[in-house]
Amino acid sequence: MAGFSYFPHTEDDIRTMLEKIGVSSLDDLYADVPPQFIHKGGYDLPDAMSEQQVRDFFEDLASRNTRYKIFAGAGAYDHYTPAVVPYITSRSEFLTAYTPYQAEISQGTLRYIFEYQSMICSLTGMDVSNASLYDGPTAAAEAMKMALACTKKKTRVLLSKGLLPQVSQVVETYARFHGVPLGYVEMEKGRTSLESLKAQLEAGDVAGVIVPALNRFGIIEDYTGFAEAVHEAKAVVVEYCDPSALAVIKTPGEWDFDIAVGDGQPLGIPVCFGGPYVGFMACRSDYVRKMPGRIVGQTVDADGKRCYVLTLQAREQHIRREKATSNICSNESLMALYVTVYMALMGPEGLRQVNDLSYAGAHYLHDALLATGKFEEAFTAPFLKEFVLNPLVSAEALQKALAAAGFFGALSTEEGYVSFCVTEKRTREEIDALVAAVKEV
Amino acid sequence: MKYYDKLIFEISKPGRKGYTLPANGYGRGLAELPEGLRRGEPLGLPEVSEPDVVRHYTNLSQMNFGVDTGFYPLGSCTMKYNPKINEEVAAMPGFIGLHPLQDGADGAKAVIEGLDKALAEITGMAKFTFEPCAGAHGELTGLMIMRSYHMRRGDTARTKVIVPDSAHGTNPASAAVCGLEVVEVKSNAAGLVDVEDLKPLLGSDIAGIMMTNPNTLGLFEKEIAEIASLVHGCGGLLYYDGANMNPLLGVVRPGDMGFDIMHLNLHKTFSTPHGGGGPRSGPVGVAAHLADLLPTIKVSGFHGNFGVMLRAYAYILMLGRQNVALAGKYATLSANYIKESLKDCYKLPIPSVCKHEFVFDGLVNDGSGPEREGATTLDVAKRLLDFGFHAPTIYFPLLFHQALMIEPTETESLETIDAFIGVMREIAAEAAADPAMLKAAPHCAPIRRPDETTAARQPILKYQP
Repeated sequence: MAGFSYFPHTEDDIRTMLEKIGVSSLDDLYADVPPQFIHKGGYDLPDAMSEQQVRDFFEDLASRNTRYKIFAGAGAYDHYTPAVVPYITSRSEFLTAYTPYQAEISQGTLRYIFEYQSMICSLTGMDVSNASLYDGPTAAAEAMKMALACTKKKTRVLLSKGLLPQVSQVVETYARFHGVPLGYVEMEKGRTSLESLKAQLEAGDVAGVIVPALNRFGIIEDYTGFAEAVHEAKAVVVEYCDPSALAVIKTPGEWDFDIAVGDGQPLGIPVCFGGPYVGFMACRSDYVRKMPGRIVGQTVDADGKRCYVLTLQAREQHIRREKATSNICSNESLMALYVTVYMALMGPEGLRQVNDLSYAGAHYLHDALLATGKFEEAFTAPFLKEFVLNPLVSAEALQKALAAAGFFGALSTEEGYVSFCVTEKRTREEIDALVAAVKEV
Repeated sequence: MKYYDKLIFEISKPGRKGYTLPANGYGRGLAELPEGLRRGEPLGLPEVSEPDVVRHYTNLSQMNFGVDTGFYPLGSCTMKYNPKINEEVAAMPGFIGLHPLQDGADGAKAVIEGLDKALAEITGMAKFTFEPCAGAHGELTGLMIMRSYHMRRGDTARTKVIVPDSAHGTNPASAAVCGLEVVEVKSNAAGLVDVEDLKPLLGSDIAGIMMTNPNTLGLFEKEIAEIASLVHGCGGLLYYDGANMNPLLGVVRPGDMGFDIMHLNLHKTFSTPHGGGGPRSGPVGVAAHLADLLPTIKVSGFHGNFGVMLRAYAYILMLGRQNVALAGKYATLSANYIKESLKDCYKLPIPSVCKHEFVFDGLVNDGSGPEREGATTLDVAKRLLDFGFHAPTIYFPLLFHQALMIEPTETESLETIDAFIGVMREIAAEAAADPAMLKAAPHCAPIRRPDETTAARQPILKYQP
């Protein structure tokens, strides 16, 4: 037998083990499988490759992707990842561990999740965070179910039309099968309309409303009066947030909202063709027992030493089965470590500077694009790092010109606007080069 | 492993920083933001230098046990070795720098297509969606496809799904999230789905059945052909929970057994690391007659966990057609060897040949007497930690009171397995002699048993300065 590097079995080992079991061949271990189900004739898969061939194979595929300077957001933001972050997260004690069921030998995982929960609470202004969820859109879908659980007898959930399309689509998918009627809150001058919300609330059947902190036009929403209106209707408000931006903009806690969700990706996670990212969820302490997902808590061991455990597990599927708050079993633990290490490095001032640079670059680009005469302003409300303009030339021609100059941007929205995003990774020279390319359209 | 006490917040000192950023040369910035939109509360993040951060998290990592640390026989979790070439591939700049909405992603699309084709060949399904981010997410997606199939035919009365009593907890929970009512089918004395119990449950209100094969006892459901025929006969579909796919890798294809929909756990069968709980990937495969439903189900933001898909594809290419047929068989060999080597010390409720895992029901002699309490499965699990092994899955499946579920995988050597067997025998002897010593275990881990009751009754869920 040729042997294979991941399998330690020698011919002798196999013989020893078969003898102990009392069978004569590996195939005998499958004697209980009806013969018609044993796959015959081999598998139509490539020949086994050497490790070098595998590396070459993927390097070739990677080289077939275009490496743009990214001037787009729309749910995936190209912020800088400090070298320490992947260095720490690739430590195999973190990488190759399972969910921390055995607390005594999982204090590393449990401790960083506790730190993560603490940081998410501080960013959002909420009391309690879970240990993470799959991604932002699924976190929003979980929040929809949670809103129903928090408000007895209410059935409907409202979505702002300012949410990213993929967020609405995932919530809609979950709602369709879970049997949740949805309603929509209209936009007015680029912001979620309080009037439209109030009109929807009048029906008296609304359990919750999901609104964005930064909406899909990049605009910073102003939620003055929203919490009062929703709470008066005995419903809850969920805010879908960019956690990086929460370092500088008014938080869901400060708006007096009830639940905060979003994607942790802007906290230094590479765009990586859409994943893995990390969903986050935090809430007021009143609602903690309705929250899905793992939660880590602090306690002491038998000697009184401070330590950490998975806690409040009576909410979860392995105990409650079909009565659980969610079917969630895993979390995106390693990506939670990713953003925890990122936030530890950045601290409050680093995150502020990231936003300051992104804000400045985005506004510099915004004004320069308007000055080309090829756009009109779509909205006048304040934005942070992402914005839309009304193009006076074809969006497709813009996208092509940008691509030819090595940039990815000018994404089309459903209204026919084009969107741009600038992070601290983009330089003034790159912005000037992008504007020069636009001038040629 | 040594105990390290600090939280990152406790090594913070105002004025320290762990980042470098360019200066703002634009002559404008956040000062322009309207007052009413600004954050007022100070941000409670630590201020630490880069070396402080590295040492802190390195110290934390040293209180953790991973597959690279030692044997991890956690049943139903398939803790196989995570190859290092996978990590290198997943970190290639040509992949991690790709925006999910960009054009010019031919290489990334080729990865998805190649993985789709390979998984279809390995499972006998027609087509996969990669959006689900974990196994339970895959179950939910699969059930959405099942319901869509019936709704498309105008068959709206099919609101129930059958789940065996031995199923993973996620199965009934996923069904509930999908708006389906769960009907439980019992296991028979041999630990298999009781076909006679199943028959009366089938009718025009059944959307389908969720099964894992082998089941959570590690036993092959040998009556699967009859079950498939019965469920299809009543108009339902068969869902395959791929959590236990590893022993069938390269041996049996779920599609050939009559399953219409399935998920795979790339982090189990296809060697991607578990990451302390994630990120994972639970692609869902369907038979040809359901393939057109896949694009109608949007369950995550973009294309799923692409980084995990890269790792799984690298693993498949390393295995190739030559080695794919060995993984499942070696995993099964190791499980049966451990079972036969320990069944005189631990109660084996179902003695038949197992697949990748098996379940003991506690100690043969737990050391209990008139004056003393015997050692439990929990005590055995905690004592194993002292010897440098991770514990098996405990108290699952729910069919047995003292369940101890062991899954060795194909990547452990005979020497490692023999060492584990030796320790399990030693622990059995310790239990018989002095169960109190086991109840106090672990004795050598960074901490002793935590007080979980206080953790739940007086929850402390974030750092309090």
